[in-house]
Amino acid sequence: MSAREATAPGRVANGLDEAARLYWREDASEATLRRDGRRWTAWTAWIVTVFCVPGVLLLAIEPLTFPVAAICFAHAWAIPRIQARRGARQVVPIGSERSATRRADAAGDPERVALGLLGDLVGHAQRDLLAATGLALERGRLGVWLIGEQGAILIRPGGRRVDCWCVRVAEQQQAPQQRRGSATPREELPAGDRVAHLLLALREDELGFAKVANLGFSGARWRVRQQLPAVSRPAVDAARAAAGR
Amino acid sequence: MGRLIRLDRTGHTTLAKWRTGDGSGEERAAAAFRAELERGMVASVSYDDGTAEVVRKLPLDAELVVLRRPIAGG
Repeated sequence: MSAREATAPGRVANGLDEAARLYWREDASEATLRRDGRRWTAWTAWIVTVFCVPGVLLLAIEPLTFPVAAICFAHAWAIPRIQARRGARQVVPIGSERSATRRADAAGDPERVALGLLGDLVGHAQRDLLAATGLALERGRLGVWLIGEQGAILIRPGGRRVDCWCVRVAEQQQAPQQRRGSATPREELPAGDRVAHLLLALREDELGFAKVANLGFSGARWRVRQQLPAVSRPAVDAARAAAGR
Repeated sequence: MGRLIRLDRTGHTTLAKWRTGDGSGEERAAAAFRAELERGMVASVSYDDGTAEVVRKLPLDAELVVLRRPIAGG
């Protein structure tokens, strides 16, 4: 009897417990992702319109108002860019500026142990990409995922649209006796373990993972790619290639 | 040989090892497993096809059972 068969009676029938607890949230599906993507596109188009139309009108009425018109155009350019940047920053590739590996108390051995386990989880094919870019590539039903320490990027089928999700390891629940002693330090996980947590949760229940995570951005792939650290951009290219198949 | 590990600040900690048919070893592993679940950990078994499954009972025929913390939206 296989482990899967043996554990069937004890498995969580509806996927992630974390998702089941969010009863007020709509279940994620391909349809909800498409709808959210369209809303993001409409929002971006609205922002560009709201700032570009006054700029054009000002120039038409009085060309000398061009400094004010330029401010309008700058807003139309900057706001979508800031939104894409926010989405890209949420992911936090291993080794990047906000990575746990850069913490002052980050220790070498736990990081190596965690990365070793993560390497075993992702398998040989993705290990090199993980080492080079700090992002773990995982194929799913919704598309191809790139998983970082505090979030994930979903490259949708076809590779043109990406969704940026903010999701992280929850704070550890402390036992009552620990809670009374306020000096108990918060347990910080190595960077590799943070990614491993998210990777396992994604593999356990992809739709539940998308339900728990917060969608921070949805838009064109190139907009997110240019906001990632240069070393992590090849992961987007690899995911796009995988999503386009 | 089965192995129960917990992802923690050390990278991971091996909590128990057991062999199928080793009654006392299996009991110790099951006890450690239950204690971690009571602490709020989530147990996961990975399969060769790249999928994983949440388990609430220690699968004694699994090679590796990983205990992780829950995830949350950021």
